[in-house]
Amino acid sequence: MTDATGDGSQSGPMLAADGTPLKKSLARALRMQKMRALMLIAPLLLFVLVTFIAPIADMLFRSVENQIVSDTIPNTTAVLEEWDGEGLPPEAAFEAAYYDIFLAAERKEHTKLGTRLNYELTGASSLFRKSGRGLDDIGEVYQDQFKDLDRDWDEAEPWAELMGDPAWLSAQAAWTKGERQPAFALRDGVSDILPKTAREYAVFARYQQTEENKSPLKEEPWTAVHTALYEDLKAGDLSGYTGPRAEMLKAADALVDSPDFETITFQAGFEDIDEDWLAPDIWRTIKLYSSSYTSGYFLNSVDMQLTPDGPEARPENERIYMLLFQRTLFMSLVITFSCILLGYPVAYILSNLPSRTANLLMILVLLPFWTSLLVRTSAWKVMLQQQGVINDVLVWLGLVADDARLAMINNQFGTIVAMTHILLPFMILPMFSVMSTIPHSYVRAAKSLGATNWTTFWRVYFPQSVPGIGAGSILVFILSIGYYITPEIVGGTTGTFISNRIAYHISSSLNWGLAAALGAILLAVVLLLYWAYDKIVGIDNVKLG
Amino acid sequence: MPDTGTSDAFVAFERVQKSYDGETLVVKDLNLTLPKGEFLTMLGPSGSGKTTCLMMLAGFETATHGEIKLDGVSINNIPPHKRGIGMVFQNYALFPHMTVAENLAFPLEVRKIGKSEREKKVKRALDMVEMGAFGGRRPAQLSGGQQQRIALARALVFEPELVLMDEPLGALDKQLREKMQFEITNLAHSLGITTVYVTHDQTEALTMSDRVAVFNDGRIQQLAPPDELYEAPQNSFVAQFIGENNTLEGVVTEVKGDVCTVKLDDGEIIEAQPVNVSKVGERTRVSIRPERVEVNKERLQEGAHTLKAKVLEFIYMGDIFRTRLSVAGNNDFVIKTRNAPDQIRLKPGEEIEIGWLPQDCRALDAP
Repeated sequence: MTDATGDGSQSGPMLAADGTPLKKSLARALRMQKMRALMLIAPLLLFVLVTFIAPIADMLFRSVENQIVSDTIPNTTAVLEEWDGEGLPPEAAFEAAYYDIFLAAERKEHTKLGTRLNYELTGASSLFRKSGRGLDDIGEVYQDQFKDLDRDWDEAEPWAELMGDPAWLSAQAAWTKGERQPAFALRDGVSDILPKTAREYAVFARYQQTEENKSPLKEEPWTAVHTALYEDLKAGDLSGYTGPRAEMLKAADALVDSPDFETITFQAGFEDIDEDWLAPDIWRTIKLYSSSYTSGYFLNSVDMQLTPDGPEARPENERIYMLLFQRTLFMSLVITFSCILLGYPVAYILSNLPSRTANLLMILVLLPFWTSLLVRTSAWKVMLQQQGVINDVLVWLGLVADDARLAMINNQFGTIVAMTHILLPFMILPMFSVMSTIPHSYVRAAKSLGATNWTTFWRVYFPQSVPGIGAGSILVFILSIGYYITPEIVGGTTGTFISNRIAYHISSSLNWGLAAALGAILLAVVLLLYWAYDKIVGIDNVKLG
Repeated sequence: MPDTGTSDAFVAFERVQKSYDGETLVVKDLNLTLPKGEFLTMLGPSGSGKTTCLMMLAGFETATHGEIKLDGVSINNIPPHKRGIGMVFQNYALFPHMTVAENLAFPLEVRKIGKSEREKKVKRALDMVEMGAFGGRRPAQLSGGQQQRIALARALVFEPELVLMDEPLGALDKQLREKMQFEITNLAHSLGITTVYVTHDQTEALTMSDRVAVFNDGRIQQLAPPDELYEAPQNSFVAQFIGENNTLEGVVTEVKGDVCTVKLDDGEIIEAQPVNVSKVGERTRVSIRPERVEVNKERLQEGAHTLKAKVLEFIYMGDIFRTRLSVAGNNDFVIKTRNAPDQIRLKPGEEIEIGWLPQDCRALDAP
C-alpha cells in the first residue's frame, strides 16, 4: 500500500503519537537498524575496498593517466603547445628540451619517458637513452671554454658565491652531513642579470640538496649551467655588475663577445646526438601526448592511434586487439553454449532423482572443483596432444593415419574443450538448483491436460528452467571472458584470449596503461552484456540457489 | 444407493493393488465402480491410499495388480496424456510463465483446436468460473481462490467426462473453502461430469459428494452417501473419522434381532443397535453422536435409556453448547446442545442424568 492514510480525519502528513511526523520517526527508528547493519558489514566492506576496489580503480585510472610527459619535460611541452606541428619546432623547443632532458637524465627519468613514448613511436626509447648521454656534449663546448678562461668556472664555490644568497652561503658552509640542509636561495638581483643561469643553477643546487644530499658548495655545476651562462652573457650586458665575482663574470662576458668563441645551436646539438631529432615525428608525438590525460591507450586497445588530425585506424598489419576481443567473445559464447548442451541433461537427471542418489552424483559433478585447475588443464594437454592419448587411440583404431595426427591442442579447439570441462560445474549447479524447485505437479498437470512428453518438456518444463540456464550462462560467460590460465597453457597462438594479452602487458612489456585500457574495455563489455541480459531476461529471474 | 454393477460403470477399479517397495501394499484389493455423472469423494487420513488411487486413475502411477477401466475399456497401459481426464492439483499447478488465458488454451492447443474455437472455449470456461476479466493476468497475480477457479476452469475447458481433484481446497481459508465447495458441486452437477474428489476433510466430503469412500489402511472402509455414512457408520473407524463421536466400551451380553444388550465396563447395562457384532461375549464399542444425547429430562422420548453423568467442562460456542461429561468411566463424553432460549446451561461439577434412544446407539467392532 502506498497511500496509507491513518484515521483519515487529518490532512497533511501523518503524525506519530508524540506529534512528530510519522515519516521522521520511522526514519529515526530505521536509522538504528541501518547503523547496526552497516557496522556488521564494515570489516568486510573495508577489506574489499582496500584490497579490491581501490587497486582496481587505481589500475583502471592508469588507462587514461599520462602525467609522465608533462612532469618530465614540462618546459618542452609548454613550448610545443604554441607549435603548429608543421616541419621542425622552433629553436626554443630544442632549448627547452635540452634543459628538461638534461635534468631528467640526471634523475635517470629520461628512459622512463622514452619507454612511454616508445608505445606511440617506435625508436623513442633508444632516442631518449642516447640523448641522456649525449646532451653533455653541448654544455661541454661552453664549459671547456669558460674553464680555459678561468679555472674557477669549473669550481663549486665560486659558482655558489656568484649565485647564492649570502645568508644561505654561511648557513650552508656550517652544514654537516646528517643535518637538514638550509634551503638554497638565489642572491637578490641575480635573476635579473642572469635569468637562465640563475634558473638552471637553482635547479642544480636543489637537485644536489634534495636528491643527492650533497652540498652545492662542494659540487661543481653540471654543464647545463654553463650553457645557460653562455645564453645569458650573449643576450645581456654585464658592464655595470658589481656583485661578487664581478671580475670573473666580466671576463667571461668579454670572452663570449669575442669572435673566436665557439658556439653550437641546440638544434645542431640534438642533431649530433641523433638525426631522428630532426624528424618532426618525435616532436609531434611529444606534443600529442603532452596533456595529463590521454585517450591514447584506449585508442590503441581498439587498433587505432592518435594523430594530429584526430584518432584514426592503424594500418591493417598492426591490428591485433579487435581480433582478440572478437575471438574472446566468440570463444566464450561457444564455451557457454557447449556448457548448456552438456550441463542441461545432467542437471535435469540430478533434479529428478531421489535426493540420496542426486547427492552422490552431485559429488561427481563437483569433483573437478576440488582438483587443481593446473592439474586439469595439464591433463587435457596429455589427452589432446599429437602424441597424446586420444590421437594414439585413433591411430591404433586406424581412424587416423600416423602421419596425419589431429591437432587438438594449442589452438581454439583445445581451449574450448578444456574450458568447457573446467566451467561445466558452474553451469550445472545453478541449473540444478532452479530445476529442483520446479514442482513435479506442473509436469503432471501438463500431461493430464493432454500434452505429450515432448510438449510437456518444451512448453512447460523448459520455460521454467530458463532462469537456471540464464544464471549458469552469465556465470560461465563472465568467467570465461576473463579466463587466463587455461588459454595460456592450451591456447597456443590461435586459442588465446584478450586476458593473455593483458597479462603480457602487465608482466612483460610493462605497458600498464594499455593493459588497464584493455581491462577497462573488457569490464565494460561484461557490464554491457549484463545490462543487455537484464533487459532481455531480467536479472531477478536469475537464481543461483 | 446407486447401482454399483460393472455393467454401466463409467469408472471401475477391479481388484487393484499397489505397492511402491514390493514389501507393503499401499492399496489392498480395491474394488470400486462409479456411474456416469457421480460425484465421489475419497476420504481418509494421510497415508490411507486415497491419493495413490487417484494417481493410478490419472495414469501417474501404475497398478501393481488389477485393472482400472474407463467406460468399459482398460486404461492400465494408456499414458496419462491420452486418457482425457481433467485434473485439479493440490497447489493448482497453474503454469507460472503463462497467462491465465494461455493456461486455459494449453489443453486445447495440444489437441490442435483452431484459434477461434480455442478463444471461444477459453472465454466460456472463464465465464463459467466468473473470472472472465482475468484472462491476461499471470497466476502469481491472483489470489488463492482465483487460482483455484482457474485451475478448475483449465481442468474443464477441454470438456473431459471425468475430472479428478486432489485436495483442491486445502490451501484456502475456511470461508472461501465453503464457498468453493458449493461452486464445485454445482458446476459438476450442472455439467454432468463424473468427479473423483480426494480430501482428508470430512465436512468437505459430506457436503459435496453423492457418495463417499472412506479409506483407511489401503482399503475402503465404507462406501455410502453422506447421510448414511454419518448416521450409520459400518465400523468404529468410520464412526470415529466422520463427525464427532462418543464411545463406550463393553461386552455384548445378548443379541436379539436388531437390538443387543451391552454390559459396559463399569457394570452399566445399555441397549444398542448391533452393527457388526454377532455373538454374545464379544467386546464392542458403542457409538453415540453428541447431538443425539438429551440432558433435559422433560424432552426425553419414550424408551430412552438414561445414565448418570458428571459435568466436567462447559464450552460456549455461539450456536451450540459443547459440554464434556464423565459417563460410565469415559471422561471424554461430549454432548452438543442447541443454543435455544429454554436450553439448560450446565455448570462443571453438576451431577445430571442423560439419555438417548437405543436406535441412536450403535454397537460396533472393538479394534
